[in-house]
Amino acid sequence: MNEGPARPPRWVGMVLIPLVNLTLALAIAGLIILSIGENPLTALRFLLFGAFGYIEGLGYTLYYTTNFVFTGLAVAVAFRAKLFNIGGEGQAYIGGLGVGLVALAFDDTLPLVLMVPLAIAAAAAFGAAWAYIPAYLQARRGSHIVITTIMFNFIAAALMVYLLVNVLIKPGQMSPESREFAPSAWLPFMHEALGWFGIAMARSPLNLSFLWALVCCVLVWAFIWHTRWGYEIRTVGGNEAAAVYAGIRPTRVIILAMCVSGALAGFVGVNEILGVHHRLLLNFTAGYGFTGIAVALMGRNHPVGILLASLLFGALYQGGAELAFEIPAITRDLVVVIQGLVILFSGALEYMFRPQLERLFTRRGAALPVEG
Amino acid sequence: MRVEATAPSAEGAGAAAPPAIMLRGVNKHFGPVHANSDISLEVAAGTIHGIIGENGAGKSTLMSILYGFYRADSGEIRVFGEPLRLDSTADAIGAGIGMVFQHFMLVDPFTVLENVVLGAEGGPLLGPGLAAARRELQRLEADFGLEVDLDAVVGELPVGVQQRVEILKALYRGARVLILDEPTGVLTPQETERLFRVFRALRDQGVTIVLITHKLREIMAVTEAVSVMRHGKMVAHLKTAETSLEELAELMVGRKVLLRVEKNAAEPGSTVLEVENLSLVDERGVTRVDGVSLSVRAGEIVGIAGVAGNGQSELLAALAGILPIQRGRIAVCGGEVTPEHPRDAREMREFGLAHVPEDRLRMGLVGSFEARESSILGYHRDPAFNGPILTHPSEILADCRKKMSAYDVRPQDPVLLTANFSGGNQQKIVLAREMERHPDLLLVGQPTRGVDIGAVEFIHKSLIAMRDAGCAVLLVSVELDEIRSLSDRILVMFEGRIVGEVAGAEATERTLGLMMAGVVPEDAGVRAPA
Repeated sequence: MNEGPARPPRWVGMVLIPLVNLTLALAIAGLIILSIGENPLTALRFLLFGAFGYIEGLGYTLYYTTNFVFTGLAVAVAFRAKLFNIGGEGQAYIGGLGVGLVALAFDDTLPLVLMVPLAIAAAAAFGAAWAYIPAYLQARRGSHIVITTIMFNFIAAALMVYLLVNVLIKPGQMSPESREFAPSAWLPFMHEALGWFGIAMARSPLNLSFLWALVCCVLVWAFIWHTRWGYEIRTVGGNEAAAVYAGIRPTRVIILAMCVSGALAGFVGVNEILGVHHRLLLNFTAGYGFTGIAVALMGRNHPVGILLASLLFGALYQGGAELAFEIPAITRDLVVVIQGLVILFSGALEYMFRPQLERLFTRRGAALPVEG
Repeated sequence: MRVEATAPSAEGAGAAAPPAIMLRGVNKHFGPVHANSDISLEVAAGTIHGIIGENGAGKSTLMSILYGFYRADSGEIRVFGEPLRLDSTADAIGAGIGMVFQHFMLVDPFTVLENVVLGAEGGPLLGPGLAAARRELQRLEADFGLEVDLDAVVGELPVGVQQRVEILKALYRGARVLILDEPTGVLTPQETERLFRVFRALRDQGVTIVLITHKLREIMAVTEAVSVMRHGKMVAHLKTAETSLEELAELMVGRKVLLRVEKNAAEPGSTVLEVENLSLVDERGVTRVDGVSLSVRAGEIVGIAGVAGNGQSELLAALAGILPIQRGRIAVCGGEVTPEHPRDAREMREFGLAHVPEDRLRMGLVGSFEARESSILGYHRDPAFNGPILTHPSEILADCRKKMSAYDVRPQDPVLLTANFSGGNQQKIVLAREMERHPDLLLVGQPTRGVDIGAVEFIHKSLIAMRDAGCAVLLVSVELDEIRSLSDRILVMFEGRIVGEVAGAEATERTLGLMMAGVVPEDAGVRAPA
């Protein structure tokens, strides 16, 4: 007889708990808004309308979502091997550098159909390379990946400042930015792409990298659950001793998982550099790498969950900006507080209600292991 | 209602004294699992009382309730006649219950004295407390014949002595009822006998002992009364003198089982595994395997006996490609391993080796995997399961179903999480995975550890069938019965060396026990190691 507790239905962990946590975060945010004398329901209405209520707002929401999908997937892939990749920010930054270098080198020679795959490959290669170093140090030298990836975020930031101030800066200007790429190398905006089919859409930063993000969700899902490499990653994450027993080399798997993770984070550069800014600049990662951790946590490290969580965070970013604009008493900082509450409840306090809810939904007699 | 909490039971051990422990209608659920159902138990004061049952029968749960780890859902507990509400282990200790766990709760770098007073230091300054404790412990040692050097560092003591430290610890805290959970699992037969002498001395001084075990022989050897648990229920309370091994085994399992395995004489073929002068040093620089040479031929089972921790595990891991070797050579089905050319587990498997590891949950399975995923561990690169990039889920599923039905894994659910199977069924998943590859050499470690008797029989038969099909089997087990009933040849390991070899048919428990303690008896057909 197995004396372990029986398991609650899967939807409790996958749907109910995130919803309860989200509701609670919004309820507390509501109390804060109430305490500064504003109506929380009005605020919620502005937030939702800002995020989804009109096409331009929706475009912004999905543009943010794109970044969160990349960084969320990055965290999730590493997490499947029990690696906590805090370095998504730096990997995204360096991935962007790869995109920028490719675009600066070939923007007036290569056609877009070649430029885009090359830029994607460069983003992946640069992001993976930036993740490779901490991965190598973890696998071969035992340096803790959390520490090294955090440090590599700072190194990436310093490197980018150096390059943009001293090397890549457009001659004759003050701001540390590269020259603008030739428009032929720009990844088309969604409103442009839809325009080709005669569909009119309001202008927004949303570009075709959103589609790449969706493809990445499918690719990551297939990679993790339907390839032998994904199997090895999950084995190392689930039980490293069993991996060694099975002839899987954890050092290789750690490096593989981190490189895939870094590559995914690097794709933020495709969205930001090739899709929106069309030049290399500083700080385009804007914390997406860190928010990716909360996205992955909330999305249970599964591509479907990550897509939904990314949409939520995208909506919070865009709707929050709108909210701050519409209700002056609710400042940008307060919007950050609301975002922080969601991260707190869905990330750090993820397990707060889990025991109670699971107990509530664990039916007696369900899934009872049979003695043999 | 009589309350007689503090009276020592030594003089009152007669019929009039209340039982040391009385349980009435104790129930405990874990989710849907009814781990203890309506348990009643009386343990007479000043006796040695055995509780036997298969793994998962609920013994440990019951004792954890008694020690205040778990709260019973319902039921009454009385200790020396006094009703007791156990909310924590402190309540249990206060009521005079002491527990010695299977895995010792000792701080290795501390001395025996420091370990014993840990948590009962008696003040902010250690000095006076330690001095008082020393006097008290010396008295306890003299009373019970425990013979432990109070100033020895615990980590340097043999396991048998560490166990006595645990007993001393419990007695120092005023235990009048001592519960021991599988205490002999790590002991040599000689150490076990020594432990039983301590039990008898404790009993004669009025201490009540509850011995939890699944080893029937120990029950017969040392207890006065025995309670049998099966599937969370108490099925019998017996006087040891009035029962027999066979009756207890039947009560435990609920049906007749074969204690011996039926097998024909081995017909060994060509040599499949040849180990020469193998040495292995662990990361702390301790030599674990020291110049071992052995060979295993097709169609025979070679057993490696020994007390746990004498290098068998490391030897097995080295043969499986998990640990690197420092000296010597392994030749297995045409492949060769030397310190200069180490092989990992994947390469060893490619040579034709399969491995049932000693600790299935730590090494042989991934608890968070579905059964179908665990059932391809180590063979996940097999072309049968893989396309160029994607795996073939339907083939993996079909393969798992086939294995589950051939090995009677219950429940037969390939998508159930591995961790949710019982120990015996998890072991069957591992066995099915490794045996169905029809390897030339099968390494097997502790195949029946934590497995109930019904499954033991099945596993033993499967191993014999593998042998008869021409597979070379190397079996490592600390269960002497298992080694003796399965092996055609038995090698005994002690402190990393092979001390001798006995033919399976000729091995007696005494001979093996002596060899496991490093003594090679003159008689009984023991051959010195090659």
